[in-house]
Amino acid sequence: MVLDKKDTRNIWEKIGDYFSANSIWMKWYCTGCGAIEMPPTMTSRFDMERLGMGPMATPRQADVLLITGYLSTKTLRRVIYSYEQMNSPRYIVGFGSCTINGGIYYDSYATINQLDKYLPVDLYIAGCMPRPEAIMNGFAALIEMIKKGEANGWRHYQENYEWYKKNQLESLGEVIINDEFHE
Amino acid sequence: MNAMNFIYAFLMLVFVFIFQTSLTGFNRKVTARLQKRYGARWYQQFLDIFKAMRKDSTTHGWVFDFGVIMALGGIMATVIFIPVAGFRAFPGTDNVFVISYLLAVGMLGMAMSAAGSGNPWASIGVGRALTNMLAYDIPLMIVIFTMIFAFDSASVGELAKMQQGMGILGWNAFRMPLGGIVAVIALMGMLGKKPFDSFIAPAEIASGPMVEYGGKHLGFMFILHEFMTFIEVSLIINLFFGGGATIWEYMLKYAVLYTFTNIVSGVMPRFKIDQAVKYFYRVPLAMAIIQGIVVIFTGLGVTIWF
Repeated sequence: MVLDKKDTRNIWEKIGDYFSANSIWMKWYCTGCGAIEMPPTMTSRFDMERLGMGPMATPRQADVLLITGYLSTKTLRRVIYSYEQMNSPRYIVGFGSCTINGGIYYDSYATINQLDKYLPVDLYIAGCMPRPEAIMNGFAALIEMIKKGEANGWRHYQENYEWYKKNQLESLGEVIINDEFHE
Repeated sequence: MNAMNFIYAFLMLVFVFIFQTSLTGFNRKVTARLQKRYGARWYQQFLDIFKAMRKDSTTHGWVFDFGVIMALGGIMATVIFIPVAGFRAFPGTDNVFVISYLLAVGMLGMAMSAAGSGNPWASIGVGRALTNMLAYDIPLMIVIFTMIFAFDSASVGELAKMQQGMGILGWNAFRMPLGGIVAVIALMGMLGKKPFDSFIAPAEIASGPMVEYGGKHLGFMFILHEFMTFIEVSLIINLFFGGGATIWEYMLKYAVLYTFTNIVSGVMPRFKIDQAVKYFYRVPLAMAIIQGIVVIFTGLGVTIWF
């Protein structure tokens, strides 16, 4: 573990990070209301393809898992499955205030409040909802972070897997499954 | 055949990769402009490929891994046999049948690998891709067999050379107008451009055969796709648009035809797979058969313009 801020990447990792920063493929996990802000970001007004970003069809192909809004404990399980299907280096962007502190669902019995406890979030985009300007701004920041090698959430997840796993299990609770595979 | 042939073949692969990837990047910009967007950088496709090659990757068993390598190997071997502006890495081997059989190695490798991932979307995508292939191949093959019969040669390079020196009217697309139209429509089907892209439909079957690919596997698939595009467009250019006397002429024709298919694709909706098959078996097949009858029984098209 390196404690100072010195750049410890070798030349190949720096080149790799340059490619990663300039070609961001996203899997949109659109459960919340934030999904409606993505079409204007993608189409002719804001045009995120200028920065090399684009939507992909499956988590396997994607680099960024974009979580747009609140997560119920039921969808959290699917988000974790999706995240664990992705290939590293992989990044998570939390989108809107619901992923930061629960937003307007802060006292709901069915939603999680803080996404950071369950998955390693690299960047939050605050707002309810963030406008496309804020999204573009946020992704410009993510690109800078990847270029400098600061977006290390996926490494953090590997190193602190027990802590994340414990939080995940606490939140998901006991699940009783009744189907032909489990009886 | 000596060592120089193999060096030429290697250089050709490098040239094809750089040329076709740049052109894909350019065409992403063309598509963006059609949609009133600014679009990606022209070298974005290179960044995407190298990024994918840099990532970790998940395997789904040795069939999945081996299929990718087999497909890439088969497609790269096919590229070597394509004549470019009269240049052939291995002279005398550019037969239509050699190319179509070698191409099948790549296609089957892809199908095997995708099916080996075990994902049902991949199987649906492969099924659709092979159905689509059956649909466009029959009209196109009728036209190509007609051409082989009429000109008495199955060498792609020879067929291209026969069309040169007579200006634009010497091209087979103008000698056999119906055949030319069939070829361009079949090219849309081969490249998987809209309206014939139901096998990679991202929103319906999660990008079909590509669904389980990520990281290095996906990078290989992207490279493979660039090579495959080159083979398909090159076949049509050589057989129907006169090849090219110089490499610049060839590249210009190639860029125009490829950009044309992209522009058409940009304004089209998507056929369902059964609609695509019905369409190919109704319009292009009828046109191909009429063209074949005209050429074989009247000799029109072989001799009409000169």
